[in-house]
Amino acid sequence: MQVIFMAKVTVKKKKEKFTPGAVVTEPASSLKNKTGDWRTFRPIINQEKCIKCYLCWQYCPDSAIRIDEKTGKVYVDYTYCKGCLICMHQCPAKAITKEVEKK
Amino acid sequence: MTKKVEEASLAIATAVKLSRVQVCPMYPITPSTHVPEKIAEYIANGEFDATLIDVESEHSAASAFLGSVATGCRTFTATASQGLALMYEILPIISGMRFPGVMAVANRALSAPISIWNDHSDAVSTRDQGWIQLWVESSQEALDTIIQGFLISEDSKVQLPLMVNFDGFTLSHVFEPVDIPSQAEVDKFLPKFKPVFKLDVKKPMTFGPIGFPDSFMHFKKQQQNAMINALEVVKKANSSFKKSFGRSYGDGLLDLYKMTGAEYAVIGMGTLCGTAKVAIDKLRKEGKKVGLIRIRCLRPFPEKELQNAIKNLKAVAVLDRHISLGQEGPLFTDIRSAIYCNDITINSYIAGLGGMDITVSHFEKVFKDLAQGKQKGEWLF
Amino acid sequence: MTLKEIRLHGRGGQGAVTSTQVLAIAAFHDGKYSQAFPNFGVERTGAPVESYVRIDEKPVNLRQHVYDPDYVIVLDTSLIDDVDVTKGLQKNGIVIVNSDKNAAELKKKLGNFNIHSINITKIALDIIGKPFVNIASLGAFCALSKEVSLEALNKAIDELFTAKGKAAVAELNKKAAKAVAEVCK
Repeated sequence: MQVIFMAKVTVKKKKEKFTPGAVVTEPASSLKNKTGDWRTFRPIINQEKCIKCYLCWQYCPDSAIRIDEKTGKVYVDYTYCKGCLICMHQCPAKAITKEVEKK
Repeated sequence: MTKKVEEASLAIATAVKLSRVQVCPMYPITPSTHVPEKIAEYIANGEFDATLIDVESEHSAASAFLGSVATGCRTFTATASQGLALMYEILPIISGMRFPGVMAVANRALSAPISIWNDHSDAVSTRDQGWIQLWVESSQEALDTIIQGFLISEDSKVQLPLMVNFDGFTLSHVFEPVDIPSQAEVDKFLPKFKPVFKLDVKKPMTFGPIGFPDSFMHFKKQQQNAMINALEVVKKANSSFKKSFGRSYGDGLLDLYKMTGAEYAVIGMGTLCGTAKVAIDKLRKEGKKVGLIRIRCLRPFPEKELQNAIKNLKAVAVLDRHISLGQEGPLFTDIRSAIYCNDITINSYIAGLGGMDITVSHFEKVFKDLAQGKQKGEWLF
Repeated sequence: MTLKEIRLHGRGGQGAVTSTQVLAIAAFHDGKYSQAFPNFGVERTGAPVESYVRIDEKPVNLRQHVYDPDYVIVLDTSLIDDVDVTKGLQKNGIVIVNSDKNAAELKKKLGNFNIHSINITKIALDIIGKPFVNIASLGAFCALSKEVSLEALNKAIDELFTAKGKAAVAELNKKAAKAVAEVCK
């Protein structure tokens, strides 16, 4: 499996307008949609148990699992993680657990 | 320019080639089959530099059409009847995403009972889906309208898909003389397609996002504005076509025949208008003041032009080759709504469903009804 | 010249549609306006089919089927038993039948029209080697009706076949059409 590291994207704020056909002309605009506050459960990764299979990264529907470019370790981007826990269910090493989110 | 006897379907395929179409997703269906057949032949012979996508259904043809225009390619497809019905899901998506392109529909009845023959039920029932609809009467007009179609559809004020409707069998399989313009002439008339937005990895964009309740209506309003803009653009394409090729079809929206001094007129679309002309010639010789209003552009609907055309008439008859079951002929509905303020009799006739022939004697009967002041339409068998 | 209408009766697979197409092209080469179109029923080999041609000096607007033809061409005698081939035919209308029976015999069945019986199948077998009568029958039409010239017919055959790389087919059909025309003189 080829691992693609997530590049950092900066979000520019643009004045919204109605483009023909509802085209969104600016790339990666979904980064503006911060979905982290939807969470009830928070996934926690135990780095010691992690075998770096990256299944969590592959399965995350929101691309909220990130891979550290230097160490190859995975971490959760809590700005976007909705707390669906698919990562936890997929993890073969049982390295991901859940905690109730404190709000 | 060459003049030769050509089948309408082949004239359309030639127009597609002359318009330098880049992608043709095709799924052949009777009676539109000769169009993809000829396009495939042109491509195979190396005469036409385009990609023909052999899709697995009309739903896929429409989907590939959408994808192809999204990448900025000039795109064409053809279908008929149940084929258009299967495309239905994609039709409003193509127009909603404001993708220009041209589709030829060889109009054929919708089943059941199974019918491969002509009526207008397939395309007329898609009239609300944001496609510009032009209806042609002859092979020549079919060829010319495909070329004009790309110009109209790609106009920056329009940016909407366009449907060229030609009667299945009654026109699609007719051989008649056609002027075929040269590539240089068409190139001069029809510039290269310059999409406003296109899918490009170097400049990523999102196409087809969700429209929340606070924005959806704004997009529909834009589409409606673009449709209304198309009225002028269709007229302009018709007049600039005349300058380049010496041919035009009325004002592009309505094609009037012997309307000067007319008291009674029939209104219709497609090939039935040719037969109407013959009936009108005959009746005019007998001194009857009759004429024809051919609707060339059904969507957007040319309301003002129609009001103007019927101004001095006593009565009109609308011939619908389709019926909105449980209501009436849809063309009749449109026309009555457009001219309801006028003091005029409007009769509705349902005719030519599923390929039933419409003849000169039908028109003679209709004009007789109008002259006698009959205020009731009927089904013409 | 006023509008002339031709109705051609054949069987599915006999090339009735191609035949009317060739006739329309030929009329066009004679400087006339023309229109050819089939009346499709069930698309099945052997089923009776009709195909129409209109020839006029002005553009042809009429799009209804041909109900009152000036000419009728019948590619297969057996059709006479199945189809009313002279239905609506004009008074003094010409009927061309591909048959080995004589015209007097056909008259009994078809009525008092200008009937011409020609064994086109035999001529086609002699010249083409196959019973291709659709184009050959047009030779009779040219000779009997004088609506279209044999030169224009040859040009039309070339346009349809030679252009598609079927020069040999074109030559044989031209020869057969000419032979049929000779018989009619």
